[in-house]
Amino acid sequence: MTGEAPPARAQSTAQRTDPRSFLVRGLTMLGQLAVPIALAMVTIFDDGEFAERLLYFLPLVLAVVGANFAIAYLRWLRLTYTTGAEDIRVESGIVSRAARSVPYERIQDVSLEQKFIPRLLGLVEVKFETGAGGADDLKLAYLSEAQGEALRRLVRARREDEAAQTPGEDAAPSAVADEAGEVLFAMDGRRLLTLGLFEFSLAAVAVLFGATQQFEFLLPFDFWDFDEWRHVLAGPGAWLAGLGFAAQVIGAVIASLSLIALGFATGLVRTLLRDWGFVLEKTARGFRRRRGLFTRTDVVMPVHRVQAVELGTGWLRYRFGWHGLKFVSLAQDAGSLSHVVAPLAQLDEIDPIIRAAGFAPPAADLEWHRASRNYRFDSAALEGGFFALAAIPVAVFAPAPFVLIPLALAGMAIASSLYGWQFHRHALSAKQIFARRGWFSPRTQLASRVKLHSVEIAQGPIAQRRGYATLHLGLAGGALAIPGIPLARARELRGAIIESIAAKDFSQLA
Amino acid sequence: MDEVIPASPVPAQPQAVSAHDDGEALTSLHPNHVSALRVEATLVSIPFIVGALVLEGAALLPPAVIIVPVVLLALAVILRVPLRRHHARGYAMSADRLRVVRGLLFRHDTVVPFGRVQHIDVSQGPIERFFGLATLTLHTAGTHNASVRLPGLGEQLARDMREEIRSHIKRETL
Repeated sequence: MTGEAPPARAQSTAQRTDPRSFLVRGLTMLGQLAVPIALAMVTIFDDGEFAERLLYFLPLVLAVVGANFAIAYLRWLRLTYTTGAEDIRVESGIVSRAARSVPYERIQDVSLEQKFIPRLLGLVEVKFETGAGGADDLKLAYLSEAQGEALRRLVRARREDEAAQTPGEDAAPSAVADEAGEVLFAMDGRRLLTLGLFEFSLAAVAVLFGATQQFEFLLPFDFWDFDEWRHVLAGPGAWLAGLGFAAQVIGAVIASLSLIALGFATGLVRTLLRDWGFVLEKTARGFRRRRGLFTRTDVVMPVHRVQAVELGTGWLRYRFGWHGLKFVSLAQDAGSLSHVVAPLAQLDEIDPIIRAAGFAPPAADLEWHRASRNYRFDSAALEGGFFALAAIPVAVFAPAPFVLIPLALAGMAIASSLYGWQFHRHALSAKQIFARRGWFSPRTQLASRVKLHSVEIAQGPIAQRRGYATLHLGLAGGALAIPGIPLARARELRGAIIESIAAKDFSQLA
Repeated sequence: MDEVIPASPVPAQPQAVSAHDDGEALTSLHPNHVSALRVEATLVSIPFIVGALVLEGAALLPPAVIIVPVVLLALAVILRVPLRRHHARGYAMSADRLRVVRGLLFRHDTVVPFGRVQHIDVSQGPIERFFGLATLTLHTAGTHNASVRLPGLGEQLARDMREEIRSHIKRETL
């Protein structure tokens, strides 16, 4: 290893990643191997003769593990990075070599991520986001925490050098001032707990429900055998046994309750793992978000990279005034398109974040427009019609009362579509465009007019006859569409937006 | 038809409606574009006609029940539809933007300002090359409309348009 953190200036010798990263790879790989080995154990050693089979089995496992460690070591040996004057270069590959160079000015963000094992060893994964999208981004796994931080500071310093050359830029802030930031949003334990409860996972319940049926042989009793439950309850609650049918009902309730409890537990655990210690700061270089219990991530996002902000909520949390805020940007955030900057917050906490990103929350006197009334009728008719059609086969094949189900659904779809129409609205301010949908859990998108890339008016066959259109706005890193607005309004919006876009060239955006 | 939600004590600011948005005449594509579309339609219909002939040969149904409708449909697709598609397409190029209109059933009317074009392609397929046509593709950084295609231009025109648009893309300062 080439010693401690590299000095912030002119480092030009090729460096290797931290030698411990090889250890991490080995450990991760062992973790991945654990499941197949366990499965193999179950199938191979099912019928005894353990020691005899172990003789054949063990060398094989050792060979696989050894080969993997050897490959991991060679990889580590052959991966070097160089921080030059203009770019950062990574050379990798055991047999076929690959060299990649990324100029500093193309690096949008440098994010540090710590998964569980690297975190124990004090290592970080450094990711250089270039806007090329997830897989193509340059990654260095793993560096020591100090090295990662130094590299991040170096990239920023180099970028500022370049920025300083162009006149009119602010003086480059020093690397130290860079780190100290004003906390915009943080989550305490109470807030985390609230979020966890709202994140009740129906999917987890479904999976568990399936699992109880699939793997019930692993349980010491039959999960769905209510007599068994009654038997389990027979100790202190022996009186239950005498109740016959009532006991079965109680058994069913307990089975359902335990599934629901598991759903809550899944939501809680997932939230705690993901959002533990959530802190969003505004630093001189942009937004900095840190979160995670075992996998700690540290993402920095320059303010000008925020293309749009999205205010969402859930149907239940909305009743308590909770909202979530996301930034839409070109860089990807752990698989999802937008960066969550406030998972659960009240509107008065969210407003300052929106302002910090250079956006303005919808003003009280903003002129909101609705979708066309023709669109309201057509979408209600289409949604209702779908369920009404579904009622036909039900009426033919199912017992008579069942036909009421699709008909009721059709009624609900029509009612919700007609009622929800008034909540679908959009507005145009001097700098921004706003789109809002949904009455059960409203979602509002705010995009900057100059940061859009194209405007399209799309009309399907029905829309052409009924005089409305969908306005698609080309947003980098996200989708923004306003459906069902009158054609004249769509043209008016497009004209106004195109004027704003054309007034500013793309290169002036950054 | 446009409904405004009355919530504002302050009167709304006037929207800048650009005059040349809709009164603007679209430029038609190259006349050879119809022929190119017809050749494409023919290539698409051949497998269906062959399939119909095979079914006809199997004599499952009375003669001509399958082949006649299929051939009539194919003729409509080859002769009539390309003409209508051609008429539905068009473009308008102004000083700082390109407008591309396309689609019969699903109409798309897209405007791309030159200031947002990332790069430009001029491509030619074998059929297009035979008819002296080319497709101009503008790539933007937006997720929707990441690439806007304008097919059926004369080859020279497509190249000229590319040069014209490229001259509008300002060089990024390095």
